[in-house]
Amino acid sequence: MIGRGVACALGVALWMAGSALAATADHGKFKELQGPFASGEDVTRACLSCHTEAARQVMATRHWTWEYENPADGSKLGKKTMLNGFCIGDKSNEAFCQSCHVGYGWKDDSFDFSAEEKVDCLACHNTGGYKKLSGLAGHPAYERMEWPPGSGKFVEATDLARVAQHVGHTSRETCGTCHYYGGGGDGVKHGDLDSSLNAAPRELDVHMAQDGLNFACSDCHQAEEHKVPGSRIAMTAADPHGPLVRGQKSERNPATCQSCHGDKPHEESLLHAGRLNAHTDTLACQACHIPSFARGGVPTKMGWDWSTAGRMDQNGKPFQKKDDKGHVIYDSKKGDFVLGENVVPDYLWFNGKVTYTTIDTRIDPSAEVAINTFHGGPDDPDARIWPVKIFHGKQPYDVEHRTLLVPHTATPDDTAFWYNFDWPKALAAGAAATGQPYSGKFDFAATRMIWPITHMVAPKERAVACHECHSRDGRLAGVEGIYVPGRDGLPLLRTAGWLAALAALAGVLIHGALRILTHYRGK
Amino acid sequence: MNEHRPVRRIYVFKRYERFWHWSQAVLIVFMMLTGFEIAGAYENFGFRRAVEYHTLAAWALLVLWAFTIFWQFTTGEWRQYIPTLKKVDAMVRYYAWGIFRGAPHPYHKTALKKHNPLQRLAYLALLAVVSPVIWVSGLFYLFYAWWGDYGVDRWLELEWVATAHTAGAFMMLVFFIVHVYLTTTGHTVFAHIKAMITGWEDEEPEGDPARSGRSLQGGDDPARSGMP
Repeated sequence: MIGRGVACALGVALWMAGSALAATADHGKFKELQGPFASGEDVTRACLSCHTEAARQVMATRHWTWEYENPADGSKLGKKTMLNGFCIGDKSNEAFCQSCHVGYGWKDDSFDFSAEEKVDCLACHNTGGYKKLSGLAGHPAYERMEWPPGSGKFVEATDLARVAQHVGHTSRETCGTCHYYGGGGDGVKHGDLDSSLNAAPRELDVHMAQDGLNFACSDCHQAEEHKVPGSRIAMTAADPHGPLVRGQKSERNPATCQSCHGDKPHEESLLHAGRLNAHTDTLACQACHIPSFARGGVPTKMGWDWSTAGRMDQNGKPFQKKDDKGHVIYDSKKGDFVLGENVVPDYLWFNGKVTYTTIDTRIDPSAEVAINTFHGGPDDPDARIWPVKIFHGKQPYDVEHRTLLVPHTATPDDTAFWYNFDWPKALAAGAAATGQPYSGKFDFAATRMIWPITHMVAPKERAVACHECHSRDGRLAGVEGIYVPGRDGLPLLRTAGWLAALAALAGVLIHGALRILTHYRGK
Repeated sequence: MNEHRPVRRIYVFKRYERFWHWSQAVLIVFMMLTGFEIAGAYENFGFRRAVEYHTLAAWALLVLWAFTIFWQFTTGEWRQYIPTLKKVDAMVRYYAWGIFRGAPHPYHKTALKKHNPLQRLAYLALLAVVSPVIWVSGLFYLFYAWWGDYGVDRWLELEWVATAHTAGAFMMLVFFIVHVYLTTTGHTVFAHIKAMITGWEDEEPEGDPARSGRSLQGGDDPARSGMP
């Protein structure tokens, strides 16, 4: 196992070093990239003059469309319309949120999704010096500007020619620019993805460790024609197959653990190998190999209460409250946060199918509203027990229509909540943008959201120990449909067994006492 | 107390038999300790270690049994376990009544018949009921990882196996408690244990007069054979 690990690491290291050394083109020497470039679109035109198909490939992916049809129920999802319990929704906030769109200029519905020069190649292929600023609808700063507006901090103009001449493979940094910061900050949403992975030590992630395998995201999420495999809406929850051999043609998701390790990877000890491999029929690899999430020092949001947003300090100004570690736990713009670090996941049966509450879904605000639901059960062959982050929110809904609402928050105007702290205006503007009916009456509903935990894989010696599940109140305490030695057992049998043992003990003690008694009386 | 009389000693437990008994005793006690921990009754070694030790002890016991079965049949000792109902009532009456009155033991142990009728029944129950329950369920438990390969998972559930195994374990625990207590019912408290260690047991001569001054603490009473 160790030998194979080292060989694998060596192979990957050689391959990565090799690909850098073996590159046959130095983009810095291309006359097309000498610039100067006035805008991102100019750079894209230069890229496309050689990489003729690249834009069309990107435009076919959900990185571009922000649309996704859920294979589980055919519902239309994707960032464009989806709801979450964090920043809630994209509509009416495009200029802010679309700093994570792989394009330039999507600030409202007038965006042209067929314009190839609007594709942002640099977002994913820069090797530094490039940042799409929130508020600029996907553009970087083209001139020195104050950012965030009113902060007194300034951002220098992006040297587009320099960035273009130094393009390279995607990296943890480029993917992380968006995927770490979903929900408005580092580590907010996922819990297993945050900026600590950029310089991950081995304990944090055995694959991405800088001093180890140093994987980029794309080492597992191997894209073809710019289509990046792996989705948290349609996941591969079970992959009961052996490892894929390099070069093997396969329809399987290349981002699963099993696509490299196979589904029976344990071989270290005669006493345990078989037993651990049998566990893979029930458990996702992640269940044992990610003992906790948010391990890298960046907290993740476990709860977010929008209902307390809008409070002002004694000077009538918005304020922030921080915890002992300096992390914000209240913000007038956003409300109260519950933060978590080194969080032990919850566990549930999951077959990869997720369904979502959308802006059309009628909710029951008397109970916690499930923004998403993970499907699967113990009798489902595609289901395994997965570790998840369960997030609890409190967010606005329409009291009459019983739908969750998308507030207009982030782009400065006289309806945006972050600039006016006026819920009625913000919700009306949001509803106008989503096109959903809005009664004008709103309240806050408790919501819940589930996030699969699949990154931050620990070294094997840090895997979850047996007793953490094989005990009465262990990690799997609430998981049904399995018999867990040490957790389960017929209470009746246990009671009867101990009673029988007690009766036997009492019997022999009484018998013995009588013997002693009659012995001395007999004397 | 009584006048000193020469006591006949018989060689009841042969060397292998004693080795077998004590190593089996150690293994079974150890397996109860680790087994009840695996079942979640308490914590000592930790679940992982408990499973490892329990598994190793199971293999050790299997090896021991393989040799012992061979020994039982080559020596003919297996006959010691043939059950009989003769004198069972006398044995029951003795434990329920006579033992408190200092009555003589109704069974005379010899090298050819070293187990009294109650013992034979108890050991037969152990061999025919408790052991099969524990071993069959235990082996299925041990090889759970391979159920899928042989289609066992289509007709068997881990919960049933675990339940049977736990039930067997409780039966073994009850046996263990009673068994240990009954070792003290020899002519002295430690007479039976001594016999199981040295192999030699004092034998009660025929026509022994009724005694009243039997000592629990040891002494020179004529021996009776009990049920260890």
